[in-house]
Amino acid sequence: MIAQRIGLGLLTLFVISLLIFGAIELLPGDLAQEILGQSATPETVAAFRRELGLDLPAYERYLGWLGGVLQGDFGNSLANGRPIADLIAGRLGNTLFLALYAAAIAVPLSLALGILAALYRNSLYDRAVNVFTLSSISFPEFFVAYILIFYLAQSGFFPSIAKITPEASLAEKLYRTFLPALTLTLVVTAHMMRMTRAAIINLLASPYIEMARLKGVQPGRLIVRHALPNALAPIINVIALNLAYLITGVVVVEVVFVYPGLGQLMVDSVAKRDITVVQAAALIFACAYVLLNLTADVLSTMSNPRLIHRR
Amino acid sequence: METLISILFFLFWAALVIAVAALAAWLFRAVIIAVSPKNLAKVLRTAPLTASFGMLIILIYVVVSVLAPAIAPFGEREVVGGEYLPWDSTYILGTDNLGRDMFTRIIYGARNTVGIAFVTTALAFIAGAIFGLLAATVGGWLDQILSRIVDVLMAIPALIFALLLLTIVGTSIINMILVIALIDSTRVFRLARAVAMNIVVMDYIEAAQLRGEGLWRLITREILPNAMAPLVAEFGLRFCFVFLAISALSFLGLGIQPPTADWGSMVRDNATLITFGDITPLLPAGAIALLTVAVNFVVDWMLHRASGLKE
Repeated sequence: MIAQRIGLGLLTLFVISLLIFGAIELLPGDLAQEILGQSATPETVAAFRRELGLDLPAYERYLGWLGGVLQGDFGNSLANGRPIADLIAGRLGNTLFLALYAAAIAVPLSLALGILAALYRNSLYDRAVNVFTLSSISFPEFFVAYILIFYLAQSGFFPSIAKITPEASLAEKLYRTFLPALTLTLVVTAHMMRMTRAAIINLLASPYIEMARLKGVQPGRLIVRHALPNALAPIINVIALNLAYLITGVVVVEVVFVYPGLGQLMVDSVAKRDITVVQAAALIFACAYVLLNLTADVLSTMSNPRLIHRR
Repeated sequence: METLISILFFLFWAALVIAVAALAAWLFRAVIIAVSPKNLAKVLRTAPLTASFGMLIILIYVVVSVLAPAIAPFGEREVVGGEYLPWDSTYILGTDNLGRDMFTRIIYGARNTVGIAFVTTALAFIAGAIFGLLAATVGGWLDQILSRIVDVLMAIPALIFALLLLTIVGTSIINMILVIALIDSTRVFRLARAVAMNIVVMDYIEAAQLRGEGLWRLITREILPNAMAPLVAEFGLRFCFVFLAISALSFLGLGIQPPTADWGSMVRDNATLITFGDITPLLPAGAIALLTVAVNFVVDWMLHRASGLKE
């Protein structure tokens, strides 16, 4: 069961790499001509094609590219000729730091709020939470970010630009990236909480919970001993889905706070049409997304004995 | 002490805004119940205040975008004064980074941003629904091929995929519409197929097939009417996602391009004002948020009604 899922995950990764590489092949016309412009002489175009390896057949280039990527070599940037691995190295760490920071705040917070909303459903608290989360799901990330800047950075509590250097201490980093992390937290919490609430309510409606209640189990024990073990699988899924959501949310937030991460690099490269850098960034984001979903599936399978020992 | 006063002040304003919104929603509901025919009024009477508030907001946006040239005091691209002028009686909300009237551009933004989002959603919806219904009705290899293609396209996070495609095809309004429509049509496909799958197996479909109804008639006359309720709700939700995606891309400078007035790029162009304590750039972002909240409120009510009627 698990092996099958992992195999499927690897297949997905392979297909994604094929898609990201192949997307460029779909380009009408010639990549070299497109980048150099109409005024380029045929000689420059030919030289450029040779440099990019465009004169080789597609499958050979794909294998070369994939082989390089697996060894951490993403090729060179089209815009400035620097190796992409160097451009990405520090930024990937920064992006992961920000995403983990946001997750560390958002996950416990939204699980607690979601479980409370499920327990006291249809109460005033539940309804207020419902309206609040529906609203914040609808907010664009940059709106949340600028509201936070307006209230918290304007008055000097936190810096509005998340500039961090590799030498900065952890406390310094946490302080400087607090606003971006808070933005991501606010955006993700709403989703995560609604999904937790739905999963728990679904579970509380099942007959065995009613049975436990009827035989007089204490409410606290009911949740911890009876409901929680079965709620693990949906909760793991909720967390993984939202961490995956963080990955894309990070792009806009990094741009707002001028945070030196992978998302900002990707947006800059899209504007410059630096295809090789965009390819590398897209591949990393997509892999993280697929791996998170894969981990979630494997973990939720493992949390359920019925799925492991399937007859 | 000062912070305490400002917090109290904020709470007071928040309470006031909520009270006014609730009152407006209540009045609006009373009015539409009074003017609409009997069966419709019966349905509308069940609408909670949040839903009627949503409908009121949507109506206002539609009116503003239709009547934009009549309401706006200046032309959309007209430079009317100095840069970043403060709010006064001539320039109600001041001027932007090039000296164009903010208020005018927000009004035209309703037309451009909402219009483009609507067209994109409609495209995504038509393509997704047609292929989804077709896949479910025909089944077999067609279903397999379409479903696998959609699986692959959905394996990459939406924003990342959009950025990759925009690098390849270049940034323009048409390209953005097509790219987002393609990405979102995969989500519509999934839902349309899932809904139609449950309908296709019913006896009356078999009877229709035996009667000799053609594929097109089968889809449009037999399946579509029964799949309408979830599809309409999906249209609302999809609109929100598309609207937010377009705003995010425009905010990143990769979507709707200047000088066309657009809420996402307006926030980007005037963001520096926020660090000086001016809330003007928050207004277009707020306009995006308000419309999405409104649509979500209405969809929430419709979903609740659809599920409530089944019980």
